[in-house]
Amino acid sequence: MNIVERLEAIDRRIIFVLILLAVVLPLLFPIGFKIIVSEPVQGFYDAIEELAPGSVVLISSEYDPATMPEVYPMNQALTRHCFARDLRIIGMGLWPQGIPLNQASMEQAAEEYGKEYGVDYINLGYKVGGIVVISAAAENIPTTFPQDYAGRPIEEFEIMEGIKNFDNVDLIVSLSAGDPGTRQWVMIAQGRYGKKVASGVTAVSAPAFYPYLNSGQLEGLIGGMKGAAEYETLIEESGLGTQGMDAQSIAHGVIIFFIILANVFYIIGKRRKK
Amino acid sequence: MKKQIPIIITFIAGMVMILQYFIPHRPFSDIQQLFNTWYVIIAVFAMILGLGNLLKIHAIRLQRRPKGWWYSIVLLLGFAVMFIAGMGWGIERGSLFDFLFWNTHLPMSSTMFALLAFFVASASYRAFRARTSEATLLLVSAILVMVGRVPLGNYIWDKLPLLGDWIMSYPNMAGQRAIMIGIALGVVSTSLRIILGIERTYLGGK
Repeated sequence: MNIVERLEAIDRRIIFVLILLAVVLPLLFPIGFKIIVSEPVQGFYDAIEELAPGSVVLISSEYDPATMPEVYPMNQALTRHCFARDLRIIGMGLWPQGIPLNQASMEQAAEEYGKEYGVDYINLGYKVGGIVVISAAAENIPTTFPQDYAGRPIEEFEIMEGIKNFDNVDLIVSLSAGDPGTRQWVMIAQGRYGKKVASGVTAVSAPAFYPYLNSGQLEGLIGGMKGAAEYETLIEESGLGTQGMDAQSIAHGVIIFFIILANVFYIIGKRRKK
Repeated sequence: MKKQIPIIITFIAGMVMILQYFIPHRPFSDIQQLFNTWYVIIAVFAMILGLGNLLKIHAIRLQRRPKGWWYSIVLLLGFAVMFIAGMGWGIERGSLFDFLFWNTHLPMSSTMFALLAFFVASASYRAFRARTSEATLLLVSAILVMVGRVPLGNYIWDKLPLLGDWIMSYPNMAGQRAIMIGIALGVVSTSLRIILGIERTYLGGK
């Protein structure tokens, strides 16, 4: 076995160790790469900025702990931005595991900005049914969600006064890691009811939402941890997204290095065989 | 009758949903609300059925003890603990359910997903080869987007992020749009076949 063949058949554990180092070292010793804001994230930010204080933002969390490293940073940045602008938040979710994550994010931001549950924000919880839940809530929120996530009647809460349906919601944000999620929100809330919809999605699913962005059906799009870092840059608050950017940059670099290396060996091997 | 009644129900439900989309007024809007409520109720029962099925399968595994049967104990115990915690003390922040969610489910689930980074790197090294011109095109695009989507790309060449954005906004979007239109047409035709009773496989049997 010559050197090219040996390197082609490199032990995968070596790759694993290099990836581990590429992720861990930048987390321990931050580099502080400059983050440039892309147009889709700027659009998202502008959609929030355009809202008058007191406006209602509905945040629907369609993600889970597996996708939390990508979506949770944008959830945190978004709730901070909303509270900083005195917007009211109604939380809900089409994925059950997204509910405690959105709740934690809202609670943390509420503590920082002195906001109160039931007055400035509420979590309506999870309802099974996907697209039908959106359709039902669009017509009547109190009937679809008679209780909050902890089972308390929503009439008890001041924030729900005057909230009947999507006519009383100024912006809908879907933080989504799959279906049901952003696609369904665009189909029903935007397509059917003409509501403004913005979305935060995982990096791997972001390409699928560019057509909605281009058609104006999405006000803005945050894609993955990079998008979250861009949003944090815009609101001038360093969070989990910015902290993870160095590690992601280096890890991407290592993966690309391996891809190029493997192809160089492949081309050399092919020429030798000829 | 076994087949006719479900087909009639499907036809009526399908037609009402189509009509209410184009005529969003009474009585169609009211019927839509009613159907939505029914759907949510049925979905909840479907979930309970799924749960029951899952428990049954793992109970049988415990009885028969095939290879790896002890994983079923973990599943059943996990289910029982979360169920009792949730039903007994609620799911509010600070509850036992919430504590278990944040301290067991969340780290385990995140760990499983994090392992992907290692396998992606290893698989890319072994499988991502420029064997054909199409594969080369895919490879080059992937590298440009990957580098362009992280801050590192800006340090390599300040136009790289723009190039990555261009790939996402034009070739990617054109492809995605084509796929979406194709899927939508497929959904429309399949839905019509089901509503009109041409497609009957959902009824089960031969």
